[in-house]
Amino acid sequence: MTSRSAAAPVMVRILSDPKYLCVARSAAERFCTLAGLDAASSHAVGLALDEALANVIRHGYEGRCNQPIHIEFDRVEPGPEGPDPALRIRIRDYGCQVDASAINPRDLDELRPGGLGVHIMRSVMDEIRWRRRGLTGMELEMTKRIAPSAGSAGGCGQERS
Amino acid sequence: MSSYDSSAISQVRALRTPGGVQAVVVTLQGEVDLQHSPAVRQQLIDEAGKRPGRLVVDLSAVNYMDSSGVASLVETLQRVRGYGGELILVNPTARVRSIFEIARLDRIFRILTDLGEAMGE
Repeated sequence: MTSRSAAAPVMVRILSDPKYLCVARSAAERFCTLAGLDAASSHAVGLALDEALANVIRHGYEGRCNQPIHIEFDRVEPGPEGPDPALRIRIRDYGCQVDASAINPRDLDELRPGGLGVHIMRSVMDEIRWRRRGLTGMELEMTKRIAPSAGSAGGCGQERS
Repeated sequence: MSSYDSSAISQVRALRTPGGVQAVVVTLQGEVDLQHSPAVRQQLIDEAGKRPGRLVVDLSAVNYMDSSGVASLVETLQRVRGYGGELILVNPTARVRSIFEIARLDRIFRILTDLGEAMGE
């Protein structure tokens, strides 16, 4: 049994070109706000998504700019998967498959460029899980709990008169 | 990858501090992400290659930076330290500063809030 979703998920499809990262970030931040996260947390989730997509572009698609990436945003209500509502993001690509257990953050005491993306994603999100899908590509699922005191989901910031 | 997009580089100025140190101020703007960081990295590496005593990166007009932008700054820091120079970051917004804090790099970089202070005025 899976948790009930408060509203229909939002799906965004982009090509693996870095110029579309800003589009995905904007969509993430707006969805997070609707889902009940505050502005700082919404920005952080946008950053985590950016890092995940950059990894797909650089490693999954090895820099090719015309490959598909599917992103799904959802708010999951309390249920068997957890006592708090949560924001869930799924990223599906069709690139190289890797061993999910080999994806780990590097030692931050080592000063060198690169390798910070996974650390940032793990710092921002509560749960991260990669898995292989079919014969090609990976799916990344990232979850961030929404504090119970946060605003309710689904509002558009306007009341009907 | 796309060709380099240099729109995140606003200005590069060669100056001299009141104490006579040769300085270069690179002003960045907008979003320094995977789209823009290659050009930013190249500009910073080029400037570091001129071996100024002080390389100042003004971040006050940067409203977003991801780990690729941070990596460009880390690489520049290593190069500048390698020849005995100093790299100073100036006035990052709270959002930009947060990524340095997440990566625990706020303790590694010298980060000041004022360009005049960075220039030793």
